[in-house]
Amino acid sequence: MSRRFTPKVVTANDLLLGDVIYLTEQDTWTRDHSKAELIEDEAHADIRLLFASQQAGAVVGAYLADAKPGPKGPEPVHFREAFRARGPSNYAHGKQVDARA
Amino acid sequence: MYRYDEFDAAFVRNRVAQFRNQVDRRLDGSLTEDEFKPLRLMNGLYLQLHAYMLRVAIPYGTLDSAKMRQLAYIAERWDKGYGHFTTRQNIQYNWPKLPDIADMLEALADVGMHAIQTSGNTVRNVTADHFAGAAEDEIADPRPYAELLRQWSTDHPEFQFLGRKFKIAITGSDNDRAVTGAHDIGLRIVRNDAGEIGFTVLVGGGLGRTPMVGKVIREFVSVGDLLPYVEAILSAYNSYGRRDNKYKARIKITVHEEGLDTFRDKVEERFAEIRPQFTGVDQEVLSAIETHFASPKWRDAPVDAFDATYGTDPVFRSWADTNLSAHRAPGYAIVSISLKAHGATPGDASADQMRVMADLAERFGHDELRISHEQNVILPHVHKSDLPLVHTILKAHGLATANIGLASDIIACPGMDYCALATARSIPVAQDIATRLDALKIEHEVGALKIKISGCINACGHHHVGHIGILGLDRAGVENYQITLGGDGTETTEIGTRTGPGFAYDEIVPAVERIILAYLDLRDSEDETFLEAYRRVGMAPFKNALYGDSLKGSQARAA
Ligand code: SF4
Repeated sequence: MSRRFTPKVVTANDLLLGDVIYLTEQDTWTRDHSKAELIEDEAHADIRLLFASQQAGAVVGAYLADAKPGPKGPEPVHFREAFRARGPSNYAHGKQVDARA
Repeated sequence: MYRYDEFDAAFVRNRVAQFRNQVDRRLDGSLTEDEFKPLRLMNGLYLQLHAYMLRVAIPYGTLDSAKMRQLAYIAERWDKGYGHFTTRQNIQYNWPKLPDIADMLEALADVGMHAIQTSGNTVRNVTADHFAGAAEDEIADPRPYAELLRQWSTDHPEFQFLGRKFKIAITGSDNDRAVTGAHDIGLRIVRNDAGEIGFTVLVGGGLGRTPMVGKVIREFVSVGDLLPYVEAILSAYNSYGRRDNKYKARIKITVHEEGLDTFRDKVEERFAEIRPQFTGVDQEVLSAIETHFASPKWRDAPVDAFDATYGTDPVFRSWADTNLSAHRAPGYAIVSISLKAHGATPGDASADQMRVMADLAERFGHDELRISHEQNVILPHVHKSDLPLVHTILKAHGLATANIGLASDIIACPGMDYCALATARSIPVAQDIATRLDALKIEHEVGALKIKISGCINACGHHHVGHIGILGLDRAGVENYQITLGGDGTETTEIGTRTGPGFAYDEIVPAVERIILAYLDLRDSEDETFLEAYRRVGMAPFKNALYGDSLKGSQARAA
């Protein structure tokens, strides 16, 4: 392979609540970015995305987002993904509250 | 206030029932997301960054206490206890859950509201001057015409699948408070030499990727010709507009590419064909609508209480000086309630605040409320003798910020805190600018200054027409903010000019501060507004204030 593959996570929005979710290695969905499966291989990424896209009854708009390994698990790379993982900046609503609970 | 007729009511109920069924079918898997998405968008339901978002139309920004209370109830029952008022005179709920949406729509229908045509390539919620029916400078109330346009365009078979979304704004006074120069069609009520009321029609204005100021396509269109003329414009656009490229599909591009004169010829040609089909039914409908917008019965009472408080209470005086506008009835004032407390999210109101505003409207304001495109709430008709008490109540609920039209009265779109299309955040930038201005205590000295912020090129925050406009972008994976100066959203519409390179997130607030301080330094007198000063001196001194040393530095390095 000529270009190095940037590691990815599969992310989507939950069909019922609309909130941000990530695919885990166990084929389940988590709200916590650090518990997502970090995918380091392009072919595997395609398979995982396909798997996610087939769960139309649970998720909306699955896609691959760049991620990097961190001490607690995968971390977002782009600021958009960081905001998605954290919740809005003007209120403690969404994930930042759920994370505390 | 206009009430939906039976047809409207049945139509809305029907749509709610249909949508409930569609949600059920999405949830049980019989509809795919691709099939469901256009259906939910038709009902105002978007999927944003962190959640769904329900956008509810507030036609021409007019509502009464019952509607406002219902908006509060919906916020509390199905959302997180607040709502966000937008630059399109809509309200958005940021946290609804899919299984609750039909109930929310049902609750809206109970008070004659809905979320239809807040999305999609249709004629959107017609926006109007938020001082309509109240302003001293008004030629005629624009809302009956807005309502006529709404009825005509709602579910109009020919215009459900336009090339792009289509926005109409209407103002009833020479002072354009509805940004008509930045809409697909802008209507300005005028009087001709014979004293008859009609419309100057602008076409092809718009912000977004290719900002353009609307051009006058006809100086005078009579009231009877309004619908056929607007229909002729839409029809010409529908047949000649481009559909090959989403970014070229707005009418502004059609007008720009074809030239105004060619486009006008096409419109006139269509108009000649269409006009005979309008046999006067529309005018009967209009007359019926007009009765619903009849003026309240004005109260004739002394204003001593106002004068006394104005003389003795400096907090009240400051608020009265910034937040009141001239009313056409003697003894009355228009109250603008600021949803821009320093450091708060522009346009957000809690359910409690909504109820307080509803109560005030009912007790003191002939039961009328308006939402402005500047994301504030208006009590259009308050007798001056009631203002001291109104102010006291507003103060007790964090609604008495005296900053209407000042630098902290910032328009900001939701940006990357909510919007899936955003390239950067806008809300925290607005919060930080307002907080900083409050700390400096200079905004009353600075005077009229409009700062407008968008979180992407779509320009929902109207940044192009801000005196200071801010556009948030993604530059190589970091937030970067471009500044424009000299924009103007009034009858002298002007698109702002870029100052130069953008600023990082933590540089944007100091940059805005430098612009404001530079203005204070260079203005002729206290009476010269920011916009006037900019028009006199041009960009150079502001560029210098923004980039002075760094520009010299980079030139030195380049040399
Ligand atoms: S301007 Fe962009 S970021 Fe802001 S609300 Fe509109 S689409 Fe979203």
